[in-house]
Amino acid sequence: MIVAERKSIPELIDILPNNSRILVLGCGTCVTVCLAGGEREVSIIASALRIASRARGLGYVVSEITIERQCDNIFIEQAVEAIEKADVVLSLGCGAGVQAVAERFLKKPVYAGLNTKFLGILEERGIWTEKCAQCGSCVLHQYGGICPITRCAKHLLNGPCGGSREDRCEVRPDRPCAWQLIYQRLKGIGQLDRLEKIEPPKQWSASLSGGPRVIIREDHRI
Amino acid sequence: MSSNNKNTTIVAFCCIYCAYAAADLAGSMRLQYPSNVRIIRTPCTGRLEVEYFLRAFENGADGVLVAGCEEGSCHFKEGNLIAKRRVEYARKLLAESGLEAERLKMVNVSAAMARLLIEHINEMAETVKKLGPSPLNRAGKSAQEAKL
Repeated sequence: MIVAERKSIPELIDILPNNSRILVLGCGTCVTVCLAGGEREVSIIASALRIASRARGLGYVVSEITIERQCDNIFIEQAVEAIEKADVVLSLGCGAGVQAVAERFLKKPVYAGLNTKFLGILEERGIWTEKCAQCGSCVLHQYGGICPITRCAKHLLNGPCGGSREDRCEVRPDRPCAWQLIYQRLKGIGQLDRLEKIEPPKQWSASLSGGPRVIIREDHRI
Repeated sequence: MSSNNKNTTIVAFCCIYCAYAAADLAGSMRLQYPSNVRIIRTPCTGRLEVEYFLRAFENGADGVLVAGCEEGSCHFKEGNLIAKRRVEYARKLLAESGLEAERLKMVNVSAAMARLLIEHINEMAETVKKLGPSPLNRAGKSAQEAKL
C-alpha cells in the first residue's frame, strides 16, 4: 500500500488561506490503513484545525468527508456537493488522490495535507517499512523475493557491499542488511546458485527517469 | 471552592474500574475538589480516542484530565497504556494547534486512591488557573467565522 504521514498543523496553517471554508477530504484506502488520511484522521485533523482557527483567529470553517478512494473519479463523485460548497479542499489522500481531485475541479484549490512517503507494508503495529521502489521492471525473482533496490541502502544488484555489520546495514544500523536477508532467503529455498550470476546494469528507462509512466490496455479500452 | 474556578471547566475522563470508583470513595470520605470538574465515566481509558480530547476542548473545556488504572493493573490489560500514547499524541496536536499541552494530562490511580485522585484534580485545577481560560473560550468565535 501507499504509505503517507500527516503534515504538521503549522504547515497546514501555512498552506491554507485564512477566512475560508475548508473541506478536509479523507480517503478510505491506503492512507486509512497507514493511519494518515482515513475517516478517523480526517476527524482529528479537522478538529485540530478548528482549535487552531479559534486559538489564532484564522477564520476557518472546517467540514469533513471521507470517500472510498480519492484516486478514482467514480468515488470522487460522492464528494462533489461537499467540494463545491468549500472554498478549498485539504486532501488527506496520497499524491495521486490530491491530483485526481484537482483534475476534476479545475477552479478549486486542492492542497495536500499529507506527505506521501513510499510503497510499503505494516511491519508491526505502528511501524511501516518501504518494500517497493516501483522501478518498473521487477527483479524480485532473482533475489528470493527481497528487493535489493528498495531495501539495500546502496541499491546494489550485486551485493553485499562489505560494510554490513553482523546482519545490520552500515547506512542504517537500525535496519537489517538486505543482502543478508537475500542470502538467508535464497539458502532457505535452495537457490543460492543465483548469487553466482553477475547481474548486468539495470535498465532504468522503465522507472520514473523515463518520464511519467502510462499503462495502456487496449483490451480494456472502450 | 475558589471563585477563580468559576469561569473554567475541567473534564475528567475517569475509568470505571479505578478513578471513577476513587471519585466515589472521595465522596464517601467527604474529600473536597473544585466544583468546575465534570467527571465522565468511561469503560476504560483505552476506549478514549484522540478526537475525544480535542472535541472536549472544542466544546469549551479549559483542561482535560484522563484518569486510568495504575500501569500493569488495567482491567483490559493494556487500555491505560494505549490511552497514555493517545494522550501524548493529542498533547502534541494541541501544542501544534496553539493550545498549551499542559491542559491535557493523564494520571494513574487505583480505586482505593481517593486522596491521590483529588490531589491530581486539584493540580489540574491549579494548572488551569495559572494558564487562565482556554484561548478558544477567551476568543470565542471570530467575527469572520461567525459571518461565514
